[in-house]
Amino acid sequence: MEGLNHAHHNDELNIRIAGRGGQGIIKLGLFLAEASVLEGKNVVQTQSYGPEARGGACRTDLIISNGEIDYPGLRRIDVFLVLDQEAYLKYSPILDEKSIVIYDSDLVKPDRAKHIAIGFPFTKKAIEDFGNPIFANIIAFGALVAITKIIKPETALYVLKKRLKKFQEENLNAFVEGYELALITPKAVA
Amino acid sequence: MRKELLQGNEAVVRAAINSGCNFFAGYPITPSSEIAHGMAELLPRYGGVFVQMEDELASISAAIGAALAGAKAMTATSGPGFSLMQESIGYAAITETPIVIFDVMRAGPSTGIPTAPSQGDVLQAKHGSHGDYPVVVFAPATVEDSYYITEEAFRVAEEHRLPVIVLSDEIIGHMRESVILPPLKSEEEFRVRAGVEPRLGVGLRKHTTGLVYDETGMPTTEAAEYERLLRRLMAKLADESLLRYKTENAEDAEILFVAYGSTYRSVRKAVRILREESVKAGLFKLETLNPLPERALRKAAENAERIIVPEMNMGQMVKEVQAILCDREVSGISFFAELITPEELVKAVVEVVE
Repeated sequence: MEGLNHAHHNDELNIRIAGRGGQGIIKLGLFLAEASVLEGKNVVQTQSYGPEARGGACRTDLIISNGEIDYPGLRRIDVFLVLDQEAYLKYSPILDEKSIVIYDSDLVKPDRAKHIAIGFPFTKKAIEDFGNPIFANIIAFGALVAITKIIKPETALYVLKKRLKKFQEENLNAFVEGYELALITPKAVA
Repeated sequence: MRKELLQGNEAVVRAAINSGCNFFAGYPITPSSEIAHGMAELLPRYGGVFVQMEDELASISAAIGAALAGAKAMTATSGPGFSLMQESIGYAAITETPIVIFDVMRAGPSTGIPTAPSQGDVLQAKHGSHGDYPVVVFAPATVEDSYYITEEAFRVAEEHRLPVIVLSDEIIGHMRESVILPPLKSEEEFRVRAGVEPRLGVGLRKHTTGLVYDETGMPTTEAAEYERLLRRLMAKLADESLLRYKTENAEDAEILFVAYGSTYRSVRKAVRILREESVKAGLFKLETLNPLPERALRKAAENAERIIVPEMNMGQMVKEVQAILCDREVSGISFFAELITPEELVKAVVEVVE
């Protein structure tokens, strides 16, 4: 992957992260937002969720920019990280042929005709290597950073260290695993 | 000061503490709960008081009581809780009690959509309690606004001794933005500022009542005394320094948007898009929703052919703007439970103009 040069519009990157409540979707958005701010970028992060704490589709949207951000919503999507089929269907309408969708290959069936799609077995990996699907979001975070190069992996690791006190070592390993997974399988599906 | 990521509701907590707020009574409700969470975490450490009350009637009453005894007091809620607080807002106004009330608006009426944004409480904020009474209403549009408007709310409440309402909404409250803001004060700095004279119990007896009272503070039913009290209370809103607003590209604007809260963000982008297409669009951002900056608005609209008020409700502020600009073409654009995109807004404007 050559980064996302073709996707940048006015130096602004529009990212959507979606899944089911309980998958750590909003948290993941928060980590990415915080890391981007640490690298000096301007960021707006919004979220949408139902009244239930677990289950149900949820999403978080980020605009990462070198300039001022006025409208806080996404007008198009450069990168869509998605870990759930219902969330994919619910939050994909504004994808276009330049959008890159990074998805959990066991849980999401993307419509390849409509956008670029790169799948990895995030949840399966989390269960195999960490014994718990809860680490899927951090593995996906690693892949997202490797593919998009939005932030330096060191900054991501710094934020994870600061924010995650429980299972810190597992989470740091999960990030590295996702990062390497995306690097060694560059043309995974495209 | 350095760049950091901060949520709207978190910015409110920081500004409240930095303003010396030392009493919070509330009942958590989405999408305002992060304000209660933050105050619950900080106030005990800072030597202040956090109380979770049994409901919103009790919450505002406790805040009023604390303020009467000298505390800098606040509460935070959303639509359903704000409705319950209305009677006591009138009580705070007539007893001249400085309190700050945060209403992080969500889609109503009733339970509505707890997690969806709205601007449906604009008229309620000004007229929700019975009778005529003065209340200052502010509306932040960014996380940065949330900080500075909260500071202003405490300052205005103290200076004018009245309830100040801040109408945030689900988008601004839950949104995280990169900001450069003053850091949270240390516990020591906080303690120095928090000590203020109590309004009750300084030696003389004082009668505090929701009844209409005369110059001695004792109840009266005299029409002339009632008028004098009302006029004195309402005159607090004549202070020009209460009027917060900003104009952008308004000078030569043929289409002038009037916007507040999160809607401002869509409008700002829409103005840029329209300008790129050589449409002379401009923007009047309201930060004070009551009293309204009537003179400034009239001046900004002088050369505009069309005035458009987009709102996340069925059209509330548009009626106020129509009353101020009664000789002009003023139209509203309504949208619901989510922010209108700048492109949709541009489309709606084209429809309105044609």
